[in-house]
Amino acid sequence: MTTLNAGAAPAPVYERSAGFWSGVLKKLARDPVAIGAAAVLLALVLIALFAPLITPHDPYQTSLLKRLRPIGFENFLLGTDELGRDLLSRLMLGARLSLFMGIVPVLIAFVLGSAIGILAGYAGGLANTLIMRTIDVLYAFPSVLLAIALSGALGAGIGNALLSLTIVFIPPIARVAESVTTQVRGRDFVEAARASGAGAFTIVRVHVLGNVLGPIFVYATSLIAVSMILASGLSFLGLGVRPPEPEWGLMLNTLRTAIYTQPWVAALPGVMIFITSISFNLLSDSLRSAMDVKN
Amino acid sequence: MSIGMSVEHIGADIHGDRGGPAQPLLSVRGLVKHFDLKKGFLETLTGGGKVVRAVDGVDFEVLKGETLGVVGESGCGKSTTARLLMHLIDPSAGEIVFDGETVGSAALPLREYRRQVQMVFQDSYSSLNPRLTIQDSIAFGPQVHGVPRREAITRARDLLARVGLEPRRFAERWPHELSGGQRQRVNIARALASEPRLVILDEAVSALDKSVEAQVLNLLMDLKDEFGLTYLFISHDLHVVRYISDRVMVMYLGKVAETGPAEALFDDPLHPYTRALLSSMPSMDPDRRTEEAPLAGDPPNPIDPPPGCRFHTRCPFAEPVCAERVPALEERAGRQAACLIHEADAGHSRNPTAIYAA
Repeated sequence: MTTLNAGAAPAPVYERSAGFWSGVLKKLARDPVAIGAAAVLLALVLIALFAPLITPHDPYQTSLLKRLRPIGFENFLLGTDELGRDLLSRLMLGARLSLFMGIVPVLIAFVLGSAIGILAGYAGGLANTLIMRTIDVLYAFPSVLLAIALSGALGAGIGNALLSLTIVFIPPIARVAESVTTQVRGRDFVEAARASGAGAFTIVRVHVLGNVLGPIFVYATSLIAVSMILASGLSFLGLGVRPPEPEWGLMLNTLRTAIYTQPWVAALPGVMIFITSISFNLLSDSLRSAMDVKN
Repeated sequence: MSIGMSVEHIGADIHGDRGGPAQPLLSVRGLVKHFDLKKGFLETLTGGGKVVRAVDGVDFEVLKGETLGVVGESGCGKSTTARLLMHLIDPSAGEIVFDGETVGSAALPLREYRRQVQMVFQDSYSSLNPRLTIQDSIAFGPQVHGVPRREAITRARDLLARVGLEPRRFAERWPHELSGGQRQRVNIARALASEPRLVILDEAVSALDKSVEAQVLNLLMDLKDEFGLTYLFISHDLHVVRYISDRVMVMYLGKVAETGPAEALFDDPLHPYTRALLSSMPSMDPDRRTEEAPLAGDPPNPIDPPPGCRFHTRCPFAEPVCAERVPALEERAGRQAACLIHEADAGHSRNPTAIYAA
């Protein structure tokens, strides 16, 4: 038989086609909804990053004389809160904690939940049953209730709120990870990889991860909005961020007494939560359809 | 030849042959696979519950350098046998001996066996990772066995050329950019990448359209000569099996019904099931058309197979004895058939008359 040797021929030029992710980016770039949502999120991130430099007023500066002023009062563009602090400045600075509480728990849960789900999905059989039924116990609690219960048990504070939100998001992500992994595991290319003598770790690294992380990631991005709302809820209940730190959920809470006197000002933190979460949702929707190879 | 040799050298010698040409490359004895039906809680406790007898005691040999065709209806255990041979599923019982060494023994660990035996699947799309380029898919196997990446990629490009795909055009392409025939060529290249001695082709050409199928079949035959391969060719297409096979094995309901050289088996089938199967094969020659009615209905349920000969429920020559006695796979002049008609002392009224004497 002829040997399959490395020939010493001059390096030929290989036709290369675009990779999967560049294809996804191309499709996203053609989707006006995705561009809009991404622009809003980018703006929010920039505002959060540079908040101390661009706030028109000191967000912690109270004034008993200028409490609950309406939108456009003097040079307070969005009015003032119940302690006379500039609402625009506080919303800008609040974007930091709110985005942080939205993204970080989901990110950690994405890593841990994917690991658990992929392990269960690839192992199958009894291991799968044990892992997934345990996850189901956590999943059986309504997420709001679980977050409140965990936060309450751990005590108030940002760190504990972060931890409890992470625990809340691990089960749904693990379930999605398990189901996509189970699907991929049944495909012939995984069988072929096993038939070539590869070990489980190599197969997961080369053949499973690339095919499951995308769908899990899309699902996780849709949880960022939920995480922000839950974090706001925890702050609202006094379990997350403590005053006077600005955070949208907490601001919504402290401003609720002003709902009759200054309804527009009181609603603004809620509007910010809404804009952010809907942007994340729209972006993850677009990502989902862009990643669908059949389109 | 030791099995511990380095992978780079395997291609250069005669494939690490151990037992000489007379020793079968693959020898399967009493291979059994029973799948548990989904059990209820109580049945799990009591250990009861029924099983699907997908493969129920199969013996056969694959000789060195031959193509063994495996035919049978859907659900007869062809593909389960392939997966068992590949150790993708664990057999319930039985032994697989590869060139004189039991698979999984110290002399032939599973990992080494899996380098020497490769498989091509029916679904050309599902068997390629959509996130890997063609060359990465082909290079994966050799890399698992310790070939450095650069060398594995070079080998992958060489193999692409061998299976008729210009490496410059295809090496860095993605599976979804290829046609079904091209993808199946890639799968064949992938199977050959780790320089196997036996290639299991599980309905490898069945999903291709006829013109492409013919090209791929011819490619397979060329590659077999070029690389000195042995094929186990599973198909439901009798014409294709006749074209490519040296010997044919007919399976029915998890058991071997008949084996024999392709021409002899197609010209003069011994087992009534083989006859029925062949009569369902459209013939180009009006003189060869048969009056026999093709098989009606589906095979019986493998959960509860009929007693005695499994074919007796559909067999035109069935007699009471067929429901009582399990026919043995008896050897007769290089051919084997599991039918009571051919068993001398079985008491079947047709033995040893017309069919065999003719």
